[in-house]
Formats: sequence, structure tokens, C-alpha cells
Amino acid sequence: MATPIISFKDYGFQYMAQAEPTLHHINLDIYPGEKVLIAGTSGSGKSTIGNCINGLIPFAYPGEKTGELLVDGKEADKSSIFELSHTVGTVLQDTDGQFIGLTVGEDIAFAAENDCVHQDEMKQIVNRVAELVDIEHHLEYAPHELSGGQKQRVSLAGVMVEEVKVLLFDEPLANLDPAAGRMTIELIDTVHERTGAAVVIIEHRLEDVLWRNMDRIVLMNEGRVVADMPTAKLLAGNFLMEHGIREPLYLTALRYAGVDIDEKIHPEHVERLTLTDTQKEMVRNWYQRQKTYIQGQDSKEELLRIESLDFGYTPQSRTLQNVSFTIHKGEMVSIVGRNGAGKSTLAKLICGFEQPSSGAIYMEGRNISGDTIKERAARIGYVMQNPNQMISKPMIWDEVEMALLQGNVPEAERKKRVEETLKVCGLYPFRNWPVSALSFGQKKRVTIASILVQRPQVIILDEPTAGQDYHHYTEIMEFLKELNGHGYTILMITHDMHLMLEYTPRAVVFSEGKMLADTTAAHVLNDPALVQAANLKETSLYTLSMACGIDEPQTFTECFIGYEQKEGR
Amino acid sequence: MKKLSVKSVVAIGIGAALFFVLGKISIPTPVPNTYISLQYAIQAVFAALFGPIAGLLIGFVGHTLIDATSYGPWWSWIIASAFAGLVIGLVTMKMDINEGIDTKKIVRFNVAQAVAHLLAWGLVAPCLDILIYSEPIEKLFAQGLVAGISNILTTGIVGTLLLVAYAKTIVKRGSLNKED
Amino acid sequence: MAKAAILSYIKRDSLVHELTGTTKLIFFLAWSIASMVTYDTRVLICMLLMSAVIFKVSRIRVRDIRFVLGLAAVFLVMNNLFVYLFSPEYGVGLYGSRTVVLTIAGPYTITLQQLFYHLNMTMKVICVVPVALLFIACTDPSEFAASLASIGVSYRIGYSVSLALRYIPDVQREYHNISQAQQARGIDLSGKDKLFTRMKNSVAILLPLVLSSLNRIETISNAMELRGFGKNKKRTWYRLRKMKRNDWIAVAFVLAVLVIDLVVTFWDGSRYYNPFM
Repeated sequence: MATPIISFKDYGFQYMAQAEPTLHHINLDIYPGEKVLIAGTSGSGKSTIGNCINGLIPFAYPGEKTGELLVDGKEADKSSIFELSHTVGTVLQDTDGQFIGLTVGEDIAFAAENDCVHQDEMKQIVNRVAELVDIEHHLEYAPHELSGGQKQRVSLAGVMVEEVKVLLFDEPLANLDPAAGRMTIELIDTVHERTGAAVVIIEHRLEDVLWRNMDRIVLMNEGRVVADMPTAKLLAGNFLMEHGIREPLYLTALRYAGVDIDEKIHPEHVERLTLTDTQKEMVRNWYQRQKTYIQGQDSKEELLRIESLDFGYTPQSRTLQNVSFTIHKGEMVSIVGRNGAGKSTLAKLICGFEQPSSGAIYMEGRNISGDTIKERAARIGYVMQNPNQMISKPMIWDEVEMALLQGNVPEAERKKRVEETLKVCGLYPFRNWPVSALSFGQKKRVTIASILVQRPQVIILDEPTAGQDYHHYTEIMEFLKELNGHGYTILMITHDMHLMLEYTPRAVVFSEGKMLADTTAAHVLNDPALVQAANLKETSLYTLSMACGIDEPQTFTECFIGYEQKEGR
Repeated sequence: MKKLSVKSVVAIGIGAALFFVLGKISIPTPVPNTYISLQYAIQAVFAALFGPIAGLLIGFVGHTLIDATSYGPWWSWIIASAFAGLVIGLVTMKMDINEGIDTKKIVRFNVAQAVAHLLAWGLVAPCLDILIYSEPIEKLFAQGLVAGISNILTTGIVGTLLLVAYAKTIVKRGSLNKED
Repeated sequence: MAKAAILSYIKRDSLVHELTGTTKLIFFLAWSIASMVTYDTRVLICMLLMSAVIFKVSRIRVRDIRFVLGLAAVFLVMNNLFVYLFSPEYGVGLYGSRTVVLTIAGPYTITLQQLFYHLNMTMKVICVVPVALLFIACTDPSEFAASLASIGVSYRIGYSVSLALRYIPDVQREYHNISQAQQARGIDLSGKDKLFTRMKNSVAILLPLVLSSLNRIETISNAMELRGFGKNKKRTWYRLRKMKRNDWIAVAFVLAVLVIDLVVTFWDGSRYYNPFM
């Protein structure tokens, strides 16, 4: 067997500022040309592994290590971050943070500039690499003129300037819409084929990564490797759910139907699934049994009505065109579409941050177009995507109390409302804690609490679960469902298709400023034309149902969601 | 001179961007034609966190960009801004905010910023103005006084609050207990 | 999103645009020094005329920079007004004679010398404005860092300028988003609150901005280190352009202006050209 390019031997690591080691006894070999997925929940140590490989540990984040790590035969911590960068190219999660240049060309050239490569040669390299990732026609573009997927291409090109032997991706899908994510995985696959470099992807969105073949999955939990085996074998076992990673939906569906998942059925990818006729029969039977489940829909009292809204940030542009829809009391609705489709702009118009060029917004039948931001805030709450951009007080209590203080609510009333809200949000025991001691999911709760304290009727959330692993995703979404149960109407801007399916019966679909559809969530994903127009992605359930000869994929999807809710996860 | 670390290079870039963005936002005060210059609060905080060279360059680059994109650079004031950052950085050096903050540190930060702005607007800017533009000393003194006091107030209030809030966000876990 | 009118790069084809960033930087610096040093009316008039010609050549139109010119005008008027209010007799002292044109009230008379002083001071500022504006409007920001490095500034400092330019739009957008979300919670900086309250409120916007900027600094410096920034004493530049004939002409021209400026200004031992003697 060949010598590994990366080799962890009984490796452990503890960050300087932390009381406990983050990695324990890691034994892991990665061979030249391999494609490996490192999966695990947040806090499992998977990103730490990545940082060890590229040298950020110990050179940027010092700490104490035990055991040994060899990268290309050399001991990593005796090398330097620069030397390691010739072997390992790292694409970070934050596409804006790593886009350093003022234009695409400059950013790709960055590493070559630092290597003092002559300008003529540098231009050749940039052109060659840009072509490889298909961005050669955008060399003069500034970052804000690019989509998230394009920025990621630039990041990839930027590390391929060096002829690296390992390409390391740290959560490459976190900020992308479904279609862009799929293209990223395809791109990584192409680059892998053409360069032969080993590919290491760190990601918890397993099903999305498996859109293209991965040789091996390394599963991490609490700083240890808990499984390290070929993809098919790992999927056949029960490892994923045990360690907080969501398994591909089609596999869950097969399990529900009682099909045994083993390597023989090729569980790696839904398109390659080889089910026997008996197994298909089992799925069909399960479907027939579940079909009786009917979703309940009651309340139809109008709460928020959007009427032919038009808007552009400049007089020429039309970010939103002729948008109309109605939200009823107690509903939970998704607003979906690709990044830049106008979803967030719509939220800003509803909250009064921006003024529409024409059209009107009604709240319980009253035109609120003339209301100020503050007046609207009493009825409509807006929660930003990143809680760190919203939290402006170091202490939890102060943060939740802020809006009431600004509104001159008397002290006794203030105290009562803050306590009530903290209890609803499950934050009461932490009320005297600093915000910084909380996890991301808890911070999100704090921001939601700081909005709820104003007692709005509608809450609009921008990407409530972006970048969260299955555990935190569930935590946040179950909390929102609970709030919905308390009577709050909830609007969610998202490009997470599963969130939409699982939690919101209804979805409004946007593309390029236009409203394409207002229908049931299951319908959205089973309408291929709509999926394509809005840059979404059909779920694997669609493919599975077709493969099993069920020609009502929409109902099949609804059955699946219904079954999951009934059985409780 | 010691080489600037990569982190300092980035801190200067982002600090100057913040200085620029805040400098373009005018928050009116009761005094006509005078605005709260929030950029100086940020500059002071960054100087305390990243040191004198960062403070100096954030002021220099940030202020030059503000001037150059509005009416052409007024060098004497640009240099005064840079000078203020340098002094604050020097006086607060080794004050390790990441280890927490106490009254002593707050006092030191405020002494630093008060001295820095007094010198910058009471001495550096007027002297340079006399040298370059030969403007009357009475006008420069009055102008410097207004700018100096307003910047000291802004940095003293906003900068201190920011610094204290920042220090509170890096409290370590461990001492925290849930309460019923 | 950012509606504030600020000056930025305007792409056109012109002789000025064709010059390298390095040339324009040297030109801008030398011109600034020349205008700062002199108070000689003759030199100022020449510089004023030349800057008008350069402006014409650049093919930047007045309406492209209307807003900026307005700001400059307001600034100049205010400055002149303040100077006059504080020292209405300053020109008299400077030029050593006193020719009263008009008496307004009390100490406020208008003298020929004071008017001449104001004229000179105003010209001094005005003759830099077109060159400074053109430097911004005609130089591709991508060339800034390389230009700074090529006149001897450390590439680390040059790159921090480039980073500032790169992240200004991001920081602006972030400020905008944060302040909108905080407005919904009652934080408003333009409101009618007391000054102290407004300052305290600004912290509610600045703290998230600072914290996220610190995160950003961490990510960017990691990304830069991973791609080898700072490993060598020097670095090359993708966007550095070679100096051509016109560049050398422009540099020679501006250096000549600077030398003549110095000679003419200090020939008689005084910065000021005095027509009253």
C-alpha cells in the first residue's frame, strides 16, 4: 500500500485557552488521491482536525499536542504554515473572509504574489487555474458582483495556484443555496479528477456531499474518530443517527419501510440504489399504509397581506416585482429561493427598513405602509441570520430588556415581561449569564427572546438554521414550532429544503424578484420546473419514489414527513 | 522596526474600513455643524487592542480615504488623526484587555485618549495648519478646542462603553451556575 | 444599497487613466506638497490653470463629481468665514499694509490685504482638489497597494490599504443591516434623544459591528497566512503596470513643477507674494 500523505498517530490536541483536550487519540491515514469526508456535529473536533492538517494549529492557534501528525512525510508542527501550504490547500467556510483581493484575478494570484512569482508567469497561472474552475470570464469582477457559488470557485482557484497534494474544504456548503451546493460538489469532483489531489471535505450535510462519490467517511464525535470506513459500509450501519448526523433521507425512508440497508443495495447515492423487486414492494406497501394520514389545516383568519409590492434599491433595478400574498394567523410559512432572489429584501420591506416603490402591506386589514419602523416592530419581529450581528449587550437579561427600556416601559412591567419571555425561550436559568457563554443555538434564542419581548404577532426569521448541524437545527426548529404552538405566526426565509418540508406546510417561492409560486412545501419540491427556476433541489425522496414505481412523489414526501412527526424522532 | 504581523495588517485594513464607514455617517449634535465622530471611538478601541502602529495607520488611512473621497485631503488633520491613534496605542500598550478590564485600565484608557486628542487637536493640527496654510492662530485654536473636546467626549463615552462591553464578552466559562 | 454619494473609481479611456497607479500617486503627492509649500500667488495661478487642463484631459465630467465639488465648496466657504470672523486683520499683518475697502461694524472692516489673503488661501486649496479627485476617480483601486509598494512603502502597509478598500462595502452593508435591526428595537441615532443617550445607543450598533469585525480579522488573517502572506521580504503584484513613456513624462513634469514652485516661492526669502510693497 502507498504511504499516506496525511497520517495522525495517536494524536491529541488541547487549545491553550481550554480546560479539556479537543482531540483524543486520533489515528487516521489519508492516502494520495483519496476522497474523504470528515463528518461530525459541531464541537465534535472535525474542524480542529482540519486546522491541524493545514497548520493553523499550532501556528495560529497554539496548544498542546500528544502523539504525531505527518503531512507528506514531515512532522507538521516542526514545519511552518507556509511550508504546509505548498502541500495542503485550504478552502475556508467564509467565502467573503477569504476573498482578499479586490477582484477575482487578484485574489487567485494572491499566493503566487507572495511567492514572488514573476508577473507574466503569474498571469498564465491565473488563467489556467481560472479555466479549471470555470471562472475565467470573471477575472475583473469585484466580490460583491459574484454569487456565493462563484466566490467559492475563486477560493478554490486561489489554493490551486500551488500544485497542492491535498485539497481541504472546511464546511464548503454552509452558505450556499441547494443548487449552488450541488454545483460545488460537482466542481470538487472535477478538480479531483483533473489534478489527482487528495480531497478532504469537512461537512455535516452528508447527503449533499454524497451527490458525488466519496471513498471514505470518517465520523467524529467528542474529539474521537468513532467510525472510519468506506461510504457504503458506513451508511449501511447505524452510525450516523447515533452520532447526531442526519442520514440521507432516502435511507431513512427505506428504514421506515422495513428495508434492510446493506452494502449490496449501493446506499451511497439515490441514483445508484439497486433495490430488488421485493424491496420496492415493501416501500410501496409502506406508502399505501401511510397514505391515509391527512394533514390538518384550520385557521384562515388573515393577518398579513402583501399587495402588488414593487421595489428597487436604485431607480433602474427591480429587486422585487409585483409581489402579492397573504399570511394567516398561526401559520408557519417558508419563503424560499436562491440567494439574491429578493427574499431578504421582502422582509426589509415588511419591517419598514426600506420603502416600496409601489404596492401596500396590510396588517389585520389596516394599511401599515405609513407606519414607522418602531410602530411596525410592535407587531412584526425580525430576527437576523447571524445572532452575533444582533446582540448588543454583553448580558442576557440586558439584551432581552433593551427594546422595553427604549420604549420606556415601567420597571415592574419590564421585569415581568422579560421573565415571561425568558421562560418561554428556556433561558430563564441563564438570565444572569453573559451572552458569550452560550452556544450558537442558545444565542439564537436570545435574539428571538429580544424580539418576542415586544410581543409581536408575526416573527420573520432570516435563515434560522444556516450552518447548524442536525442537533442544533432540531433544537432551533423545535423551539420555533413550540412558539408557533403558542400562537405566534412565523415566516422563515430559508434555502434549506428539508426545513421547509419538515416544518412549514406552506411555501412561497421567489426567483429574481418575482414570486413564482405559493403552494404546499411538498408540491414545491416535486415540481421539476419550479425546482429549476428557483435554483432549488428536489429531495432524494422524489427520486426514491419514482424508482419504486410510486408516481405520486408529492404524496410520498408528505407521508414521509407525516410519519416522522407521528413517530417522533 | 519589527515586522507587522499578518493580524496587524488585517486589523489596520478592517479598522480603516470601519473608520471610513463611521466617518461618513453624520450623527448631529446640538452644536450646529458639529457631528459625533464615532470613528475615533473605534480607533481608540483598536489602538488599545492592536497597538500604536495599528492606531496610527488606522487613523492615517481611514482619514485619508474620508477626505480623498469628499473634498481632497486636508493633511494636517489627517496627521493629527494618525497621531491620536499612535499616542493611545502607546499609552495603553500591554494593557491586555483580553485578560479582563478593571477601573485602573479604564482610567488609563481615558487618560490616554484625553492626552492624545488634546495634543492632536490642540497642538499637532493647529501647528501644521499654521505651517502649511498659514491660517490665523485664534481660529485654529478655537477649531482645535471644539474638535478636541468633542472627540474626547465621544471616545470617553462610546469608546469606554465598547471596551467594557468587549471585555465582558470574553468572560470564561466555569464560574457560571444555572439559577431557578 | 449605500446611497451616500462618495467618490470612487470611474472607468474611462483617457491619458490620465492610462498612466500607472505609481505615476498618479507620485503626481498626487508632489502636487500636494507643492501646493502646501507655496503661498506665491503667481505659482498658485499657474497650478490652478494646469489642474484645470489635467481635469479636462481625464475625461471625467463635472457632473460625475458634482456632489464632491459641492462638499468642497461648502468646506471652503465655511473655512473662509471662520478665518475672517476670528482674525479680520490677519492679512494686514501678513502683508504689512492696510487698505480699507469697507467698514462693516466694530472690528470688522474689509481690507484689500485680507481679501488677497483669502484669495490665496482659497486657491491653495482649490488647486489640489482636481488632482486629488482625479487620483481617486482615475486610479483602479487594485493598483493602490502595488503603487505604494513601488514608491518604497512596506508591502504590508500597502496591503492593509488594499484590504480597507476591499472591505469598505462589506462593513458598510453590515453597519446598515445592524442599524436597521436595532431601529426595530427602538435604537435610533438620528432621533431627538439627548446627546448622551444617543452616544450610549450608538454602542448598541457598534458593539456587534466591532465583535463581528474582530471575527472577520481572524478569518482574513488565517486565510492570508494559509496562502503565504508575509513569508518573503518582498512580493510581486498581479496588477502592477510597467512605467511607459507617458509615465516618465508625467513624473518629470510634476517634479519640475515642484522644483520651480520651491525656487519661485523662496527666491526672495518669503513664502508670500506681496503686491502691496
